[in-house]
Amino acid sequence: MQTSRLRALAEGLAVPLGILAIWQIACSAGLVNPMVLPSPAAVAVRWWAYLAPLEAYDPAQGSWFAWLFSGEMLHDALASLYRVVVGFVVGAGLALPLGLFMGSSDVIYRHVNPLMQVLRPIPPIAYIPLSILWFGLGNAPAVFLIAIGAFFPVLMNTIAGVRHVDGIYIRAARSLGASRMTIFRRVILPAATPYILSGARIGIGTAFIVVIVAEMIAVNNGLGFRILEAREYFWSDKIIAGMLTIGALGLLIDMAVSRLNSHLLRWHRGLES
Amino acid sequence: MSVQPHPIAAVTERAMPVSGPVASGAPSHIVVTGVDKVFAVPGGEVVALKDIDLTINRGEFVCLLGPSGCGKSTLLNAIAGFSHPTRGGITVEGRAVAEPGPDRGMVFQEYALFPWMTVAQNIAFGLEIKGMARAAIEKRVAELLDMLKLAEFRDRFPKDLSGGMRQRVAIARVLALDSPVMLMDEPFGALDALTRRSLQDELLRIWAATGKTIVFVTHSIEESIYLADRIVVLTYRPGTIKRDLRVELPRPRDSASAAFNALKRDLSALVTAEQHRFEQVEMKGLTTD
Repeated sequence: MQTSRLRALAEGLAVPLGILAIWQIACSAGLVNPMVLPSPAAVAVRWWAYLAPLEAYDPAQGSWFAWLFSGEMLHDALASLYRVVVGFVVGAGLALPLGLFMGSSDVIYRHVNPLMQVLRPIPPIAYIPLSILWFGLGNAPAVFLIAIGAFFPVLMNTIAGVRHVDGIYIRAARSLGASRMTIFRRVILPAATPYILSGARIGIGTAFIVVIVAEMIAVNNGLGFRILEAREYFWSDKIIAGMLTIGALGLLIDMAVSRLNSHLLRWHRGLES
Repeated sequence: MSVQPHPIAAVTERAMPVSGPVASGAPSHIVVTGVDKVFAVPGGEVVALKDIDLTINRGEFVCLLGPSGCGKSTLLNAIAGFSHPTRGGITVEGRAVAEPGPDRGMVFQEYALFPWMTVAQNIAFGLEIKGMARAAIEKRVAELLDMLKLAEFRDRFPKDLSGGMRQRVAIARVLALDSPVMLMDEPFGALDALTRRSLQDELLRIWAATGKTIVFVTHSIEESIYLADRIVVLTYRPGTIKRDLRVELPRPRDSASAAFNALKRDLSALVTAEQHRFEQVEMKGLTTD
């Protein structure tokens, strides 16, 4: 058991380590311009510098805890995370009720669905010019773009979830005396949650893509801003360090959402992992 | 399991009164009068039920028996109020059936438990709708969990239960409301033979204890003889009542007894004839489509 897990780990690490080794050798041998492709060691050093506090610890400046989190990377990561969360809450918060209405009422569906189908294929990034025109610079346009990114996946899945509720649950509830409102609240809504949550997971993934783009345009902090800033100084090692951080944060968000989903859907069949 | 040691036990015990609840109040409980049900299908219509007249007495255990497509579930759904007859009327307790309600609990073949609720929450659902106080609900749920031997599963979700356990929960959920009528649509159809028999015995026990009127749809001849006071055999398209017969065998019934098997032979002949018509029509449907 233990040996097979070690073996799996070794197999998984072999290719990345091999690539890193070749990359490092190529850089050390002077085969590539470090401005274009810095060595893995340089990236690691830069990543650490990006993470670590800028100044030595000074009790006069504040608490030890605050100092620990005074590094530039953590500030950027928090700023990006904040935008993702706010944008997602706005987008999903609008999509969820609309999706519930559209899913449960044919009249609303017929009136609203054509508009949604026209708007849905427009990538959130295409809203950038309009978002700057409407909201100027700062967090507002970024949140707007992220909200659009989160809106459609949540909307589409909520509609599908409500429409795919197995009729037998509704029949069972009716024969137990449930009113329409009770059926909606206690049968349709929970029955639709697997769809809604998978929409939320896709939505938050989209929000994370959009936040990086939005930060390259409209704001002056955050992980997306930082890697674009690094390019202006030709700090290619910092660009890659920032990209790695973006990847790590994305993975972390997805893992957290996935854990939350598994908990909320612990009743659901086929969601064992 | 109730296996009787002697093969003629059922015959010798025939003189004993049929065990079962004693009828109270007006005898007729469910009255179906002149019911037709016609479904529109592509290229025409299907007469699922035709001229059904049926009176079911209070406390009676009635099986609706017939091959697939004979309209037995259609009739049950009409009594439940899920679909309205094209013609004719149905009354339960003297009131016309207009929509489904808690006075006619329904047990489905697919269990229809709410998968997001635990066993206890499923059973409590109808009581919460009724507006019963929390403490009373707790008490009633605990009673039902005991009655159906589900106590140790109270906090499980349906996905973690076997088919037999799920159907016990579904029965408990209906019993919770203490409705005078229990409608059952092939409730044990998906269960293995042993589980099926133990649930049949359980159901008879509950029926004897509660005195409910039970309308039970099945396509198993043996099941209908084992359970019912009365077996109503339906014909295949149009669904009409082919035979309405009373089962006089004493309970517990021995499926190996001569009397049981004689009845089984008679019913088999009736049902098989309808099954042949069903197969012919289905085959014709396939070749013309």
